[in-house]
Amino acid sequence: MTTVAAKSAKTGAKPATMAQALTRAMRDAMAEDPTVHVMGEDVGTLGGVFRITDGLAKEFGEDRCTDTPLAEAGILGTAVGMAMYGLRPVVEMQFDAFAYPAFEQLISHVAKMRNRTRGAMPLPITIRVPYGGGIGGVEHHCDSSEAYYVATPGLTVVTPATVEDAYGLLRASIASDDPVVFLEPKRLYWSKADWSPEAPAAVPGIGKALVRRTGTSATLITYGPSLPVCLEAAEAAREEGWDLEVVDLRSLVPFDEETVVQSVRRTGRAVVVHEAGGFGGPGAEIAARVTERCFHHLEAPVLRVTGFDIPYPPPMLEKYHLPGVERILDAVARLQWEN
Amino acid sequence: MTVQELPGAGASHRSTPPPAWRPRTDAAPLLPDAEPYRVLGTEAADRLDPALMRRCYAELVRGRRYNAQATALTKQGRLAVYPSTVGQEACEIAAAMVLEEQDWLFPSYRDTLAAVARGLDPVQALTLLRGDWHTGYDPREHRIAPLSTPLATQLPHAVGLAHAARLRGDDVVALAMVGDGGTSEGDFHEALNFAAVWQAPVVFLVQNNGFAISVPLAKQTAAPTLAHKGVGYGMPGRLVDGNDVAAMHEVLSEAVRRARSGGGPTLIEAVTYRMEAHTNADDATRYRGDAEVEAWKAHDPIDLLERELTARGILDEAGIKAARDEAEAMAASLRDGMNADPVVDPMDLFAHVYAEQTDRLREQAAMLRAELEAEDQA
Repeated sequence: MTTVAAKSAKTGAKPATMAQALTRAMRDAMAEDPTVHVMGEDVGTLGGVFRITDGLAKEFGEDRCTDTPLAEAGILGTAVGMAMYGLRPVVEMQFDAFAYPAFEQLISHVAKMRNRTRGAMPLPITIRVPYGGGIGGVEHHCDSSEAYYVATPGLTVVTPATVEDAYGLLRASIASDDPVVFLEPKRLYWSKADWSPEAPAAVPGIGKALVRRTGTSATLITYGPSLPVCLEAAEAAREEGWDLEVVDLRSLVPFDEETVVQSVRRTGRAVVVHEAGGFGGPGAEIAARVTERCFHHLEAPVLRVTGFDIPYPPPMLEKYHLPGVERILDAVARLQWEN
Repeated sequence: MTVQELPGAGASHRSTPPPAWRPRTDAAPLLPDAEPYRVLGTEAADRLDPALMRRCYAELVRGRRYNAQATALTKQGRLAVYPSTVGQEACEIAAAMVLEEQDWLFPSYRDTLAAVARGLDPVQALTLLRGDWHTGYDPREHRIAPLSTPLATQLPHAVGLAHAARLRGDDVVALAMVGDGGTSEGDFHEALNFAAVWQAPVVFLVQNNGFAISVPLAKQTAAPTLAHKGVGYGMPGRLVDGNDVAAMHEVLSEAVRRARSGGGPTLIEAVTYRMEAHTNADDATRYRGDAEVEAWKAHDPIDLLERELTARGILDEAGIKAARDEAEAMAASLRDGMNADPVVDPMDLFAHVYAEQTDRLREQAAMLRAELEAEDQA
């Protein structure tokens, strides 16, 4: 703790939320690059329903931070045209499940335009999607829709789990010449960390996973909203005598296979954890790849702890659905410890 | 009767409705004419510009020849598929002719002729339909968006591009093309709504050719005309005879002028007819009779213009022959271009997915390369 405090005093870091870091990332990108335009429902005067675009319309004007009509296909479709003309749109989809009307634009145009035009017309669009549950939201407000995005070639899919990553990865996404689906874990919006917008830490860019906790017994592979749950599980596991490593993927596409494989080859056991359903979820692909690449290092089959394969439950039932510490520890216990 | 004049509306127990209840714009000027606007065969034809009409004639003849050649190429196996615009050439060529160099065209998959009329090399325009790649040209070089197969999805692109250009202070108009079937899509609605709210410099051209593959317009909409749909968005709707190239040129030019001068978007419905099947793979006899097709033959866009221009002495035999010779030369060049086998490189599959290739794609590319090398050695 002493080290952290000393570092904070030096850099002027103070507690900041993920929401503030995201806002700051857009603000800095807009200040640096006049082609960056923010658009979406309620992003202007209101500053977004989660206040992530707070103050942008005031600082940069409504032409740079625009309240659009309420139509997601229209928002993304017009963003395509703006990007064709050389702008760098940052689109906000208000909630995970509200992004679905824009899927045709996303899949048929946004993801494919570079390919269709042999690289002549890439589309540098960032699509911000608040996703996941755990906030007591009613139906259509808590989906983990990442499986749809990662199954679409041409899209980069990124999700931060920490305050500094929220800033760093969003800046990298806006700077990317490819379209990026930027999944914001909405239950972490108000998570805090010591962070300074004046001296943001240099974090690795898109496509690099990070080992958030080193350990020797088994590897928990996770991302976004499930990272804090996995870190908590790793702490609790110490009582059982397990020393768990936790890998934060940070980006699902590209997938940093090497970091994952190196970790699992070291520990010999792995559990993939995410809120999205298990069947056809990202964990299925990750487990398959880990098995292919680490087969001779594995002491047990790769397990998954995911949301159930059900429509997202109503608020009073979501605690039974979301992967929690106990369910993760139960999975770890099933990793064939006694031969 | 306004809301205030309703009996009892002024009674003290009830307050006056808030201003938001009143219409924001006067609907009457936005309404289309009762009949499609025509020039050829009417008094308006007295004002025809002879030089412009001779150009239109040459373009129409060239367009018809292009359609015939493309269909022939499908029979020779040189094109995978071709959606014909025979009968719709006046719409296609007028759309291209009214745009300036810096303007953008947003064609649907049926509109290769409009792209060619705008100056795109016919072989490049047909890349998609030949199948050696998707888009065969650099959209920014020609200011022609990729031909869009998902219906109406290119319309919001046109709106966004025109909006972006206006934000930057550039003089750019976007003209977006769609068919009657496409007007049922959600993207049609969203594009028109965004365009009107943003007052974007866009022209929407709907070619009502009677059919969405096999489904007639009556099963597509209950609107009085497709042009009426503009009123609901607060933009003018114009109804035009799509086989009358003089009318098409005039109405499109007006809409482009209006957009360029900050007047906002216009919706144009061109009433025309798809003389041939949906594509060479379609059988039109399953859903329409010969009598209907024959009736439309009497309203052929080339014949209409040729009759008018020859009667007025604007076009003579020599002019007709010159147009046909020029069209033949274009067809010969298209034939030659399409008879050369396209060179495809399997490794291109991985070249343009991301700016920087992912590990995953590198691995898959290596696998394909190894397969190809093994094939070469066998």
